[in-house]
Amino acid sequence: MSRSPEESDSRGMLGSGSRSRRMRTMRGSGAQTVRDPRNNMASYVGFANLPNQVYRKAVKRGFEFTLMVVGESGLGKSTLVNSLFITDLYSPSEYPGPSQRITKTVKVETSRVLVKEGGVQLQLTIVDTPGFGDAVDNSNCWKPITDHIEQRFEDYLNSESRVNRRTMPDNRVHACLYFIGPTGHGLKPLDIEFMKRLHDKVNIIPLIAKADTMTPEECTQFKKKILQEIKENKIQIYEFPEGEDEEDNKLNKKLRERIPFAVVGSNTLLEINGRKVRGRQYPWGVAEVENMDHCDFITLRNMLIRTHMQDLKDVTNNVHYENYRCQKLAGITATNGTEKGKPAGGKNPLAQMEEEKREHVAKMKKMEMEMEQVFEMKVKEKRQKLKDSEADLQRRHEQMKKKLEQEYKELDEKRSLFEKEKLSFEESQRQLEEQRKMDATKSLDNKKKKEKKSLF
Amino acid sequence: MSSQQGFTLSGKQFEALCAAFETADVQKRGSIDVQIVPKLVQDVLGSSLAPSEKDAIRLRAESKAKKGVLYFADFVEVMSETLQTTTQWGKLTTTLSGYVGIDTLQEQMRKKALKRGFEFHIMVVGGSGLGKSTLVNTLFKAQISRRSCTNESEGTIPKTVQIKSVSHVIEEKGVRLKLTVTDTPGFGDQINNENCWLPILEFINDQYEKYLSEEVNVSRKKHIPDTRVHVCLYFISPTGHSCRPLDLEFMKRLDKVVNIVPIIAKADTLTLEERYAFKKRVREDLEFHGIQFYPMKSLDEDEEETAINQALREKMPFAIVGSDREYQVNGKSVLGRKTKWGLIEVENKNHCEFALLRDMLIRTHMQDLKDVTDSIHYENFRRERLEMHSEFAGPTPPYHEMGESNL
Repeated sequence: MSRSPEESDSRGMLGSGSRSRRMRTMRGSGAQTVRDPRNNMASYVGFANLPNQVYRKAVKRGFEFTLMVVGESGLGKSTLVNSLFITDLYSPSEYPGPSQRITKTVKVETSRVLVKEGGVQLQLTIVDTPGFGDAVDNSNCWKPITDHIEQRFEDYLNSESRVNRRTMPDNRVHACLYFIGPTGHGLKPLDIEFMKRLHDKVNIIPLIAKADTMTPEECTQFKKKILQEIKENKIQIYEFPEGEDEEDNKLNKKLRERIPFAVVGSNTLLEINGRKVRGRQYPWGVAEVENMDHCDFITLRNMLIRTHMQDLKDVTNNVHYENYRCQKLAGITATNGTEKGKPAGGKNPLAQMEEEKREHVAKMKKMEMEMEQVFEMKVKEKRQKLKDSEADLQRRHEQMKKKLEQEYKELDEKRSLFEKEKLSFEESQRQLEEQRKMDATKSLDNKKKKEKKSLF
Repeated sequence: MSSQQGFTLSGKQFEALCAAFETADVQKRGSIDVQIVPKLVQDVLGSSLAPSEKDAIRLRAESKAKKGVLYFADFVEVMSETLQTTTQWGKLTTTLSGYVGIDTLQEQMRKKALKRGFEFHIMVVGGSGLGKSTLVNTLFKAQISRRSCTNESEGTIPKTVQIKSVSHVIEEKGVRLKLTVTDTPGFGDQINNENCWLPILEFINDQYEKYLSEEVNVSRKKHIPDTRVHVCLYFISPTGHSCRPLDLEFMKRLDKVVNIVPIIAKADTLTLEERYAFKKRVREDLEFHGIQFYPMKSLDEDEEETAINQALREKMPFAIVGSDREYQVNGKSVLGRKTKWGLIEVENKNHCEFALLRDMLIRTHMQDLKDVTDSIHYENFRRERLEMHSEFAGPTPPYHEMGESNL
């Protein structure tokens, strides 16, 4: 299969013709050479082998798939899982006797199995949620489930951010089968609430459980009602995407019309009319699990396993995981998000930056305004305070002045009093002096008289 | 011989009693042992005495016995007291020598009842989508339930438990029945179902209250309209595992207030083995929690009744499929559900137990349901109400005045 130089030159001239031939060779097994009738030489490059290489590597590594089943007890979850994989993966939990209380919280249990088929290895993890919706008060019974899913995302995020990324186990939940009870009336409030909280975290595939309860007319009516309610509540269930081929598309469309799938599960083999079928035996007939007329089990199985398993994993990786990662890394807590998952790839990073800038500017403006307001308020306060203190001081000043005047007056009075006293005291002193003087002269006179007398 | 209460025995009765006494008194002491009195009485009166009556006789004998033996005079007294309380006189019934015409009593009663008509009140409780309305329509072969009466859009689940009653008068061969069906949409549908049984409890007690107030009225009506709930059909969802906590909570609270008949709804979900296992588990659950459903064991009076009721109890809860559509099978028109894999016939005993339920509810036990409601549940309610009232009213007045007190 060597190429001659002529061929390599002529390839450019041939253009599309040889390319289409090459595509046809790729569709085959990629090991044929095609003789170009115009050139009479082999026009085969060989990268048609690429998918095979990928395939071989993948097969060696093995595939992983995690399936979560949620629904009230008694809706046939375990039976359906067993029927899907045609083994008893999962023995139904022993029905607790009347003396055992049913646990109040929802448990999340994982069981892991390794299945092999035709050389391909699949590690299947089934996440079960016993106790969901069973108690009398079921508020927040979805919390353990959301926590579990987010925990898985976080584990993957951490392992992605590690330095050594050799083995990255993918434990994220790829699909969630939600079992709706066959009431025939529509979704219960619990169903709606649960799906609203989980549709942006995991691929939800709603199923109608125990579909052999309903006649075909009841079933179609019920499905219509469910789809209507899902649309009303803006719940995003997993949409099987269109395939590439025309025929695939047509088939897909027919199958997609059966959503939500009405399923019946059973692993017991029965014999009717000589052939062996899996089904449920009633006194009035046998409901076959693998009969498209009876239920949509085959459709579910095909879409889940045979055609869309890889797509489920891709959507989980590209949409749900990226949502989670975006929220986590942007620092917004997961429970705070008022905006439900916008697909991460849908927003232009520049636009996001613009928006952030705008937000930031707006925030700054607001802060500025606030600060100004605060400033004005403070100024007013201070002014008021000063005025108050001024008035206060004034008052005090006046008071003191008055007091001073009063004292002054008092002092004045005292002084005048004192002067008067002084005057009177001086007066009295003078009088006394005079008196004494008079007395003194008198006594002197007397003495002189006496002396005169005595002189004789 | 006459007792103080003035009950005179006829000559023939007296002779029969003497004969019985003598045959029992083998030792000719003039007295018989107390232990053999009940058996003796049974021989004389015939064996169709209820166990409660037998107990009463034994008590009476023991109260009159001196030193464990009963003398003839006391024996006669015991017998006369017994004769007053029962109409089962066995060998002591007086034979008529010709046709008197007492048997026309039956006809007279019948005519009176026919004129007045009968009343019956059924309540259906269960989560939405379990087939309650369909079952009621199937039971009475008419469009009775509220779904068919009003043009309600299907599937609007109400936010609180509502109580909706619909009344119809149906007639068959001259017998008129006023049938009231009470539905409880919204029961058990919310996320938080705490206390969803309270509106229902209130409704039932309201009906008792209405009846009681009519009864204690000074001037009573000739016929008090009976709106009390006679039977409550509780629909258990066919999960295949066991009763749900909500079911147990509800039934625990209501089995002392009304007759509860548990039913497994939408039984076409279960195969026969699953059905049998599920029923067993449900019965175990109910027994474990002490829930007494109708027919109650404690009320069986004689052997015949016990046998019938026991057979019924072993088949309960009945696995029901309801349908109001008709299909042709072998030329006959039957009610059923047609699926791609077969036709489920509602009245076929091999398919489901609807026929058993219908027979019990309508054909054999309807009057008994009314009687139990009247004599047991209503009396319980009345006693509680009067006791509660007398607590407030002070010391209880003497018995003969109580009936006249105007509550």
